[in-house]
Amino acid sequence: MTTTLTVSDKRPEHAVFRETLAAGEPWLHELKAGQTLRILDLQGNQAVDTLFYSLADPRERFDPQRTLRRQKSLYLTTGTVLYSNLGNPLLTIVADTCGRHDTLGGACAQESNTVRYALEKRYMHSCRDNYLRACAHDGRLSKQDIGANINFFMNVPVTSEGGLTFEDGISAPGKYVELRAEMDVIVLISNCPQLNNPCNAYNPTPAELLIWN
Amino acid sequence: MDLLLEETVPGGGHASLIVKRGQSLRVTDLRGGANVSVLMFNATEKSERLNLPDTLKCQHTAKLTAGHCLYSDMGRVLAAIVADTCGWHDSIGGVSNADEVHERYGVGRYQERRNAFYRNGADNLLVEMGKWGLGIQDLLMTLNLFSRVDVTDAGALDFVADNSKAGDYVDLYAPMNTLVVLTAIQHPLDPNPEYAPKPVKLELSRAEPGVAEICRTACEENVRGFINTDRFFL
Repeated sequence: MTTTLTVSDKRPEHAVFRETLAAGEPWLHELKAGQTLRILDLQGNQAVDTLFYSLADPRERFDPQRTLRRQKSLYLTTGTVLYSNLGNPLLTIVADTCGRHDTLGGACAQESNTVRYALEKRYMHSCRDNYLRACAHDGRLSKQDIGANINFFMNVPVTSEGGLTFEDGISAPGKYVELRAEMDVIVLISNCPQLNNPCNAYNPTPAELLIWN
Repeated sequence: MDLLLEETVPGGGHASLIVKRGQSLRVTDLRGGANVSVLMFNATEKSERLNLPDTLKCQHTAKLTAGHCLYSDMGRVLAAIVADTCGWHDSIGGVSNADEVHERYGVGRYQERRNAFYRNGADNLLVEMGKWGLGIQDLLMTLNLFSRVDVTDAGALDFVADNSKAGDYVDLYAPMNTLVVLTAIQHPLDPNPEYAPKPVKLELSRAEPGVAEICRTACEENVRGFINTDRFFL
């Protein structure tokens, strides 16, 4: 695998917003066109499950299949344009020190946990519970709007035989990805609480979120 | 097989039907090289939708073929792929919208081409979904039957020509009442410069639940998926 990693020259002390998001918490925030969001993996191999919507019309949302086929590549990294379901650029990845971010694995849910792990795992906390909670309080989004998300810092390669593998993460403490908003957007994050998956060493950890004008 | 309904969907056409619990839908590529873009919903609670990420991760697969289940976001099996002579159905490419079709094939209006006008997968699915009260928010990741997209180690996407030959079919057994929305339209990564979507045949039949055993027992995950599904009908 060849991946070009790109560092950012943005300085945290110049950020207009800076917050640490604990594991298992949702985050819903607006990002104005031209602003840049950094998502920072503080302790390594954390999955930050993320969705994007147009602020003007939240029915317009991140479209993973269009994003992949437009760039003819499965993996997201610097230069990737995240397209909407209407074909418009939502955001562009402008820096990436990790090099792998997953678009096929989706977000964990109580229901998918029962299938993947065991029926009695139903009552464990999950990303889709976080999404629904944030959407319910915000009022602009609902279950209908929850499509397939990006798992920042997750490494989920596809094999030549069409297999999907959940590889050991290639992220590490301090790795980050930066996205510049191409339109006003709503960012919806669940900092994944999954305790059943070895890809985060069964240890969900905090992420840091920074915004620059 | 106890045939209930047989219908040909012309290239560019779209259709929807409820495949009831215990029925099976066979989709046949009549000429070879077809692509069928598919979405599924729980017919009685349509907020429950085909969820490809949940489908892929619980079966550790990116391609779909015989033995695999198609999962909803509620951990239930909307359809089980109980037979497949093609061997690879794509989860990555999705459907083109009007702009992408225009970009690829040029102008093909109804005014000049009548029913051979250039249709696109996104609008075809939206029209068909609209008939059931579903909208653009419900247009999630789509499954593309009969198409194959390979992923290289570096992540590049390669459309594989001739993945499906004339007569290839896939059988979708429904362990719940499943609304199937589909369109026979070219895959977005199909390099053919001509707009030339291929026809497919649909055959709805009654099936024995036993036909789904190869899917139910394919992995522990699917055993649990079928338990979740059966609990919906208690």
